[in-house]
Amino acid sequence: MTSELTRRDFLSALGGGVVVLCVMEAADAQESGRRARVGDAKPQEISAWLHIGEDGVVTVYTGKTEVGQNIRTSLSQAVAEELRAPVTSIRMLMADTDLVPYDMGTFGSRTTPTMAPQLRKAAAEAREALIDLAASQWSVDRATVQISDGKIACAGRSAGLGELTRGHQLVRKIGPDVMLTPPTEWKIAGHCIPKVDARDLVTGKHRYTPDMQRAGMLHGKVLRPVAFGAKLTSFDDAAAKKIPGVTVVREGDFAAVAAPDAESAEKALAALKAQWKVEEGQPSDSQLFDYLKANAEAAEDRQAHGSIEQGMADAEHKLSETYTVAYIAHTPLEPRAAVAEWTGDKLTVWTGSQRPFGVREDLAGAFGIPQERIRVIVPDTGSAYGGKHSGECAVEAARLAKFAAKPVKLVWTREEEFTWAYVRPAGVIEITSGVRNDGRMTAWEFHNYNSGPSGAQITYDIPNHRIMFHSSKSPLKQGSYRGLAATANHFARESHMDQIAQSVNLDPLEFRLRNLKDERQRAVLIAAAEKFGWGKQKPAAGHGFGLAIGFEKGSYLAACAEVAVEGGRPKIVRVVESFECGAVVNPDQLRNQIEGSIIMAIGGALFEQMRFENGRILNARLSQYRVPRFGDVPVIETVLVDRKDLPSAGAGETPIVGLAPAVANAIFQATGKRPRSMPMTV
Amino acid sequence: MPRVTELKVNGAARRLNANSERSLLSVLRDDLELTGAKYGCGEGQCGACTVLLDGEAVRSCITPVSKAAGKRITTIEGLESDGRLHPLQEAFLETGAMQCGYCTSGMIMSGVSLLAKSAQPTESEIVHGMQGNICRCGTYPRIVAAVRIAAKRRAS
Repeated sequence: MTSELTRRDFLSALGGGVVVLCVMEAADAQESGRRARVGDAKPQEISAWLHIGEDGVVTVYTGKTEVGQNIRTSLSQAVAEELRAPVTSIRMLMADTDLVPYDMGTFGSRTTPTMAPQLRKAAAEAREALIDLAASQWSVDRATVQISDGKIACAGRSAGLGELTRGHQLVRKIGPDVMLTPPTEWKIAGHCIPKVDARDLVTGKHRYTPDMQRAGMLHGKVLRPVAFGAKLTSFDDAAAKKIPGVTVVREGDFAAVAAPDAESAEKALAALKAQWKVEEGQPSDSQLFDYLKANAEAAEDRQAHGSIEQGMADAEHKLSETYTVAYIAHTPLEPRAAVAEWTGDKLTVWTGSQRPFGVREDLAGAFGIPQERIRVIVPDTGSAYGGKHSGECAVEAARLAKFAAKPVKLVWTREEEFTWAYVRPAGVIEITSGVRNDGRMTAWEFHNYNSGPSGAQITYDIPNHRIMFHSSKSPLKQGSYRGLAATANHFARESHMDQIAQSVNLDPLEFRLRNLKDERQRAVLIAAAEKFGWGKQKPAAGHGFGLAIGFEKGSYLAACAEVAVEGGRPKIVRVVESFECGAVVNPDQLRNQIEGSIIMAIGGALFEQMRFENGRILNARLSQYRVPRFGDVPVIETVLVDRKDLPSAGAGETPIVGLAPAVANAIFQATGKRPRSMPMTV
Repeated sequence: MPRVTELKVNGAARRLNANSERSLLSVLRDDLELTGAKYGCGEGQCGACTVLLDGEAVRSCITPVSKAAGKRITTIEGLESDGRLHPLQEAFLETGAMQCGYCTSGMIMSGVSLLAKSAQPTESEIVHGMQGNICRCGTYPRIVAAVRIAAKRRAS
């Protein structure tokens, strides 16, 4: 199949059966920036499509990627539900730029709120089309035609889903009035369907990008600069080239080798003689927060109401505090990897990425070729957490493959991943607030420097508030991360709220409830507090309890934590987290995401921190960069608040934001000292 | 330079010709196309590369292939027998003990080794025994539950 495929080509390639095209809704199209795009060969308004083959196999074509968040399963459930077909009959064809329509990428927890409803509608449209077809072929009233368990039936007659098209292709767009099954009647969606590809994972059969093999494939290695921004001043590859089968590439400051086996590639890399000119005076982690403040740009208002001046005048207690958050690394267990293969002037790249079409753009830019000549395929990937938006590894592999005229596999080492990927932004957060003696907040002024505006908005009812974001100059390459800055902003806000509660002698739960009108926020807070037994007992000596609330990307949560401080170290004993993301799509998988988010959050809360000096990362190894392990895991209890009356929101990110502030507040109760920097120490 | 020319992998003798200093992980993955064991860190810190040597879990990324010669090597691909999964593989499915799945092979191999040493491990023995394996998705509680279920099944 060629890469230059028009919609007509796609349709003819699909063959007989039923095809339903998902047309982007205007709001979603704008949100994803589609309207601004020009020059893309594919029809922009189509976001996905669904094909029911004559054999009854349902194939869904979407540009979304599976990185562990389990959308291969949840989207299958959505389609199976509306088609009244078993989940096992649904095949998700994901993230292959030659075969699926354009997609901006898999981020921002958008798959569940935007892609899933479109696929549900497509499946419902297909269902109705099949009922029409059966009614007309069997000359029966359509109201008497039933679809269930992958069969269409009426009065003793029965047919598989794909049979009735009889070699023809029936193409439909989603009609305006397509009837969706309400969540209260869901039989497949909303239930604990196991991960559809789990067997391939427990048997080691699934092929991640680093597991790919191609005929004649070489192994690549890139010569990394000794520091960020270093320039290659001298280069000698004579010794490397003597190793049999080795190809050396040098283009400017980029130098790399490829060899028939990984061992030779490593030897060749070690044999390269290079000298670098390092840019001195780069900021180090010890100056980081001053640096971010000093380089801050003009603020951007994110949310504002009333007058801070008035609010502070109304206050009987005032508080100003500063919080800081370190850079942390995503540390996906599968490092960046790519396999690149040129066939004539056509390039195919397999790579672990959240943005297959973004990587295609990067490749087109790097090689000056049209995107239509590039195919990017993303095998289900060994996690990303927001860390795999960029295509640098794909570009490096493709450069080597072009030069060597053979397929090349490049797998970044852990050190490369720590050093040359990007990190979660560090930040400085300043909060000034005012409260009356009765515990009602009067003023809230919030400034985030560098880490980002996500999750800075308040659900508290504070009449005078102003929330600002100041971008800054980041010493390290920074980017997206699960929940973005919401963890930092929740840490600062909920720590601050706890301190204000203390200043007016109110229990943290009571204080929050006094300042909350938002019913969804109150409901999760009460649910978590009840499950935790908040207020029922005092912590043991050396232990503390803390709580925090959160709201981001359409989901609400509350977390309660018990922390023990032993030998000067905090140990998280127990965490209860309640979560509400509208109608729950898969309760067990949602719990899995919440548990996983809590555990991942422990790293940023207590251990993780990139250390750097003069353009060099100082702790670029797993032996030097502590991530959560089995022994760090507390007792975790999750409370799902299932709102079948509300649309489903994505839930792969937001459950991460509540842990750090709940732990901070528990540490305060245990020690009397309030942590204001992440990672927290006591 | 000494070479390794035969390995006993998953019950079969496999011919190869590898520099004896190479890591067992690279030989398994690149020479024998057994890609279930994964590279995660290259320094034995994450456990994604775990395989069994004579039933004992080792980090194959820091194990020279020479150390594996003559021993029984078991990888994730060798756990299934006659189309039946190992009880721990079954338990992983039952508890949904994975998200991205990249750590799963190593977790299961470490768990199998743990169960071989201690048929009925306590919770703290499981945590201690699995401490060298990292799951960035944070499915640890489910993995502990899976090991417990597999142990229980064997007892009954």
